[in-house]
Amino acid sequence: MTRLLVGPFNRVEGDLEVSLDIKDDAIASARVTTPLYRGFEQILVGRPAVDALAIAPRICGICSVSQSMAAAAALRALYGVAPARNGIVAANLAHAAENMADHLTHFYIFFMPDFARAQYAGQAWHEAAMRRFKAIEGAAANEVLQARRRLLEIMGILAGKWPHSLAFQPGGTTCAVDLGQKAQLVAIARDFRRFLEASVFAAPLEAPLDLKTPEELERFCEGRGADGDFAAFCRIARALDLENLGRAANPLMSYGAYRDETGAFLNAGVFDPLNGALSPLDARAIREDVSHAYMRDGPEEPSLARTEPFVDKPDAYSFAKAPRLHGRPAEVGAIARLAVHGHPLVRALLERSRASNVFVRVVARLIELAMVAEAAEGWAKALALNEPFCASAPQEADGDGVGLVEAARGSLGHWLGAQKGKIRAYQIIAPTTWNFSPRDASGVAGPVEQALVGAPLEGHGARAASVQHVIRSFDPCMVCTAH
Amino acid sequence: MSAGAFNILWLQAGSCGGCTMSMLEHGSGGWFRELDTLGVNLLWHPSVSEETGTEARVVLERVEAGETPLHALCIEGAILCGPDGTGFFNRLAGTGRAMLDWARALAAKADYCVAIGSCATFGGVPAADPDPTDAVGLQYRKAVAGGALGADYRSRRGLPVINIAGCAPHPGWIMETLAALALDVLTADDLDALGRPKFYVDHLAHHGCSRNEFYEFKASAETLSQRGCLMEHLGCKATQAAGDCNQRGWNGSGSCTKGGFACIACTSPGFEDIRDYHRTPKIGGVPIGLPLDMPKAWFMALAALSKSATPQRVRKNATADHVVVPPRGARRPKE
Repeated sequence: MTRLLVGPFNRVEGDLEVSLDIKDDAIASARVTTPLYRGFEQILVGRPAVDALAIAPRICGICSVSQSMAAAAALRALYGVAPARNGIVAANLAHAAENMADHLTHFYIFFMPDFARAQYAGQAWHEAAMRRFKAIEGAAANEVLQARRRLLEIMGILAGKWPHSLAFQPGGTTCAVDLGQKAQLVAIARDFRRFLEASVFAAPLEAPLDLKTPEELERFCEGRGADGDFAAFCRIARALDLENLGRAANPLMSYGAYRDETGAFLNAGVFDPLNGALSPLDARAIREDVSHAYMRDGPEEPSLARTEPFVDKPDAYSFAKAPRLHGRPAEVGAIARLAVHGHPLVRALLERSRASNVFVRVVARLIELAMVAEAAEGWAKALALNEPFCASAPQEADGDGVGLVEAARGSLGHWLGAQKGKIRAYQIIAPTTWNFSPRDASGVAGPVEQALVGAPLEGHGARAASVQHVIRSFDPCMVCTAH
Repeated sequence: MSAGAFNILWLQAGSCGGCTMSMLEHGSGGWFRELDTLGVNLLWHPSVSEETGTEARVVLERVEAGETPLHALCIEGAILCGPDGTGFFNRLAGTGRAMLDWARALAAKADYCVAIGSCATFGGVPAADPDPTDAVGLQYRKAVAGGALGADYRSRRGLPVINIAGCAPHPGWIMETLAALALDVLTADDLDALGRPKFYVDHLAHHGCSRNEFYEFKASAETLSQRGCLMEHLGCKATQAAGDCNQRGWNGSGSCTKGGFACIACTSPGFEDIRDYHRTPKIGGVPIGLPLDMPKAWFMALAALSKSATPQRVRKNATADHVVVPPRGARRPKE
């Protein structure tokens, strides 16, 4: 057995260190380390509760709106305020823009460049992958950045700027949209849809949205969608058998995404890929174990927990805590959202694999991209220009508030306790805290630690592309993980 | 690596990655194309480069050894010195070394050293009270010179750290600074007393604010989403904060005040320690933070005068979320 240390692990948000035990040219065991701790939960304590709206988004530059939404939701629960309907729609649209930009950035800038690596020279698809996806130089890169830039104009209109906006409030959003802006929002949503139809899917959006079975997916990739980057990925995935790489069979969890007064666009719940069972989400069953985190022991319930670093702790190897649902790790992200929601293709792919894997994680992300892109235009049209965007909220309240939202990378929760208008306690569990959790007190590994086991290295050691694919298939955000 | 290119190395320290996210919005043809157009070569960037693990370490080691020329070292994020000066709160993965150590080693090799964003500049939000990680900027700890590199640090071309303050900065602020360096047209005279490029900090965020008429008449918004001036009640710092924020478009056409919320002076040291961002601190009903270069008595006199002269239209629109009274001439031009 040899041990390899991998890092800096880039093309993720933030920095990541991975320690791999290697046996017979494959990974026998893995530990993931979050090497950055900034102390946001300590910084938030003692500040006026509403100032969470200025501080919390700055945890993360890539999912800053998600952090704002979670903080606003926690304050909304604390104050018991009913938000203006327009504010909910506008916030969902801005959140959609961020999530779509994140999925796009992940696929093209973070994930696909690994298929252009020299390790794959000689594969039939490698030259095309080089031309299209090579980091910085590939043809797709600048195309995608232009589409992303146009998409994020939604932020200029609804949020003033991105990242880090104060537009998202307990009562709604701060910018009342006028007729011209509404027209612009629809135009941007349509432009983005056109980009997806031209480059990602090479087909009208209805085609990927209609995919229900693995067979239909295969026909689409060989047929009408063959020229798209989605199909290019699916063909590479088939050649490399990515369906059997990065497998993990944890419960898939979603808090539910894009809520309004009628419910959620994507439902909340927990889906078990081993037996296909769907159960309701009980957020009260969430705990954070710190047995292997550089943190002092304390209560494990997020509403009671504190965060106090302790870097000399024996057995600790990460600044991330280990979140558990009913005592078990859970995987979060687009794959979990679509599995919970009952998307037929994602359910069928999971049934075939009885586990999450590299292939389904990426497919789910791109299918969700299509679903949200279609919905975004509808949300822009749903803005009622003669109605308010922001209800006023009280500035002081005592008690607790929990904000649960879905960021691009999965379930994000803020647990806020307030006393005399000041923050008494603040705990954040981010999507990658779930996926990149260290071991817990029972020695149970987190999802990515499980998913790495068995990955073949083919003589490439820590540089093996398989390691890159498994880790990046989760789209980790390491700045959020320990925050 | 193309010959004659301007080599930049970008590292993320105690950061949220938001400066990179902002940067990726730059350039109508895509940021990578813009870099190419300006002759800028990315030696390595954590979010976009292919090299990972050992390959990335080799890039850094070659720069440290002086084998690869480093024209600009760009660091995003605060330098975390804690605990106890070890920098352990932020190690560069796979290297066993703190970013504090890497920043010092690489800054010594750089023609120019550029702090990207308010964290790398002054410490920013990670340095917010109680400053759990002993976070500093490259050359400042909040407003005090020093920081990770020390007040006396000068890059190989003789400049202090170039501080692109902002949270997150406008992508234009970053790229225009890098372009000026690549074009060899940025000098010490182009930086203000805090090392920030004057081209964007010799303005106030207030300049060009679309709420200008409300400001002139002191017609103020009372709650968020209303159209009036945000200074009197809602904590807006734009009349004191450096930045050409309202003379540029953010994400197309936006800005903080256009978005309906207050300027929180994110280009200034210490913005992270403001309390009640959306409430204006007052003494005897008078805001404490008045424009810095105007005698207070004059400001009060003018404010009282303009308040008494406020047109009904401006007063009514100030507390509405859309225009309720249009300008009189707007509908029917005078013949």
